[in-house]
Amino acid sequence: MLAKRIIPCLDVRNGEVVKGVQFRNHEIIGAIEPLAERYAAAGADELVFYDITASADARVIDKSWVERVARLIDIPFTVAGGISSIEQAQQLLAMGADKLSINSPALQNPDLINQLVDEFGQQCIVIGIDSFFDSESQTYQVYQFTGDEQRTQKTRWQTADWLAEVVARGAGEVVLNCMNQDGVRKGYDIAQLQTLRRSCPIPLIASGGAGAKEHFAEVFQQAAVDGALAASVFHKNIIEISELKDYLATQEIVVRR
Amino acid sequence: MSKPSLVIVDTACANISSVRFAFERLGVSPLVTADAAQINSADRVILPGVGTAAAAMRNLQRLELVDTLRQLQQPVLGICLGMQLLTTASAEGDVDCLGIIPTRTERLQAADLPLPHMGWNTVDGRADNPLLAGLPDASYFYFVHSFAVAVSAHTIASCHYGQTFAAMVRSGNFFGAQFHPERSGAAGATILKNFLELTDADTRT
Repeated sequence: MLAKRIIPCLDVRNGEVVKGVQFRNHEIIGAIEPLAERYAAAGADELVFYDITASADARVIDKSWVERVARLIDIPFTVAGGISSIEQAQQLLAMGADKLSINSPALQNPDLINQLVDEFGQQCIVIGIDSFFDSESQTYQVYQFTGDEQRTQKTRWQTADWLAEVVARGAGEVVLNCMNQDGVRKGYDIAQLQTLRRSCPIPLIASGGAGAKEHFAEVFQQAAVDGALAASVFHKNIIEISELKDYLATQEIVVRR
Repeated sequence: MSKPSLVIVDTACANISSVRFAFERLGVSPLVTADAAQINSADRVILPGVGTAAAAMRNLQRLELVDTLRQLQQPVLGICLGMQLLTTASAEGDVDCLGIIPTRTERLQAADLPLPHMGWNTVDGRADNPLLAGLPDASYFYFVHSFAVAVSAHTIASCHYGQTFAAMVRSGNFFGAQFHPERSGAAGATILKNFLELTDADTRT
């Protein structure tokens, strides 16, 4: 049986792993390679590295660490951050990244999704979506440039429409970051993930809000997502990955151990 | 015994680095090349693959490697798309492949499950599969694909996702793995190590 994936996310800024709360006030967690190695050894199924400043600064990430990580770990990893051209994507894949996650550049130029899929195949193109629940209008809105609080802005897209658009353009996977929940550790946005799961024929990864082992069980059981991404609970040793997987197995969720 | 020489075929569209790094972690330094003479003289050959079957076959034809690959006598391992290229033909782009293993690559029939089939899934191996030596039954490996090789007499391990498909194939000295051993943790490293340690007896049909 296909296992549900546990995916630690490492936000990278200036070559270090950092973590913010609701995408703000970032604190330094540590160096990239030891954390990557620690999570791989602990049983992480995959890693995601987001260079959170890259899109906002209109530059591509400092790439030297991508090859160092690829040499070090033997599980798949995704690189995200300001990838806006075939050349940049080519370079990161050549350095050993397994997948590329595109967020703001895809919103600015949706054709980029088709171009990347045509060139490198659907399997390595992930779309990251930052979705914010606007309680006034009762709608989920897509935001961009969320790596820089000064420049974070609402787009014209409602989340369900943008999801349909990226699927139609050939994306291989979607990571849905529920911004209201990010970093506050009160649980994934089950209602939103349930709704979007029904209209998402490609793998869907939940992101934002994990605070306890039960939150992972909930999101797998109630929203049928393929993987759950989390950062602070792993960085701060609140949850140990092997214990999490033991717990999920007792909840009859298929995990790789 | 000295480490065997290993060539990774430079198919020009694959993410070759992660395969190279995986062998380097095992203490082997692979040569990445599209040169027929170097491929012929290697002790082991890896045919990697990411992208589409049509693009990969186009590259192999342009590099004039089709006949070279078909005639190899040493152990060859096709990975992911590289395994699909060993078959007769692929429905992905409706293209003729290398025709080394007489079976076809079809679109994965996953019913209403998400596609691509992405993540860690269990593999059931045939007892005579030398690449799974030392691994427990139902070990997990990392898969990413939407097309799959049909189960046939050449299937030496299978996997299930909506349908049962060939996770590993073999014909004589040619082996294929649909999953990515280079990204499948310790179990994947064992497969690569077993491939390096294949004996002549293992590769006789």
